Amino acid sequence: MAVKDYLRERFFPQIWCPGCGHGIVMANMIRAIELNALKKDEVVVVSGIGCSSRMPGYLDFHTLHTLHGRALAFATGVKMSRPELTVIVPMGDGDALAIGGNHLIHAARRNLDLTAIIMNNSIYGMTGGQYSPMTPFAKKATTAPFGTIEHAPDLMELVRGAGATFAARTTTYHAKEMIKIISKAIKHKGFAIVEVMSQCPTYYGRKNKLGNAVDMMKGFKEGTVPIGSKKKANNPDLIERGIFVEEKRPEYSMSYLELIEKYRVETGKVVRR
Amino acid sequence: MKKKKKLTINREWCKGCGICVAFCPKGVLVLDKEGKACWAHPEKCKNCGLCELRCPDIAMELV
Repeated sequence: MAVKDYLRERFFPQIWCPGCGHGIVMANMIRAIELNALKKDEVVVVSGIGCSSRMPGYLDFHTLHTLHGRALAFATGVKMSRPELTVIVPMGDGDALAIGGNHLIHAARRNLDLTAIIMNNSIYGMTGGQYSPMTPFAKKATTAPFGTIEHAPDLMELVRGAGATFAARTTTYHAKEMIKIISKAIKHKGFAIVEVMSQCPTYYGRKNKLGNAVDMMKGFKEGTVPIGSKKKANNPDLIERGIFVEEKRPEYSMSYLELIEKYRVETGKVVRR
Repeated sequence: MKKKKKLTINREWCKGCGICVAFCPKGVLVLDKEGKACWAHPEKCKNCGLCELRCPDIAMELV
């Protein structure tokens, strides 16, 4: 099927600004879902609030548009009640790391089989360009006119520490890599997190004089290297992309079902699901 | 024989960000007077699909 077959075409053209990277992530997420041969009925897309979280509105899967930062909490509920479904959670950097930071850590710790796609554009776009936890040091935003004095965390290190079993980073420029990585993340049994560096030409690009969407994407091309590249040793400012964590650990919803089964056998009681 | 795919441009969905124009390896596309993507050299198009993969508005499609 074509990408269009997975869309609710009546809502197009979509609302994102010209050049916004979120559209690229949406299209390539659809391609990744198609690669996994999933039917529309087998996929649930859950989002919170923000530019990125408008995505489920455009997608013809089961979709939920929920509270700010709580997308992972709702997704946990969906997965626990219907473990056979594939749950994908597109989030923005503010949604995932500021308001929903706690949910992110605990979803990773539990290793529940969700796929979180964090579109990191380093700013709160929808509300007018305030700086977010992912705004790099000294970069400008409407609430940091002289540059922010806060430091952005390394998301990959953060979720590795929290116990995610799959963590990867890519950018909107590297579209083919993005499809591969998201597809792997969907296939992964356990909590998978994909950080996609995305451009916000309207706020982040304009405030920091990074040019238009094309210039920002060229910036991703020049500013990132695959993991283990020698270039990184000479220039520590380069950002690595690729799969950082990929390991196996018991998955939460399966462990839960096993526990029920074990209790049922041991006690002879029938436990209703 | 498999039919050769051809690029179609959905002008209603295009917002004229210029990403397809900038990253086309063959320089096939330009922005027209209305600021939307259109053909400049259709004969040079190799159907690589890079414009389709990077179009944020899903306006490019190889059919």
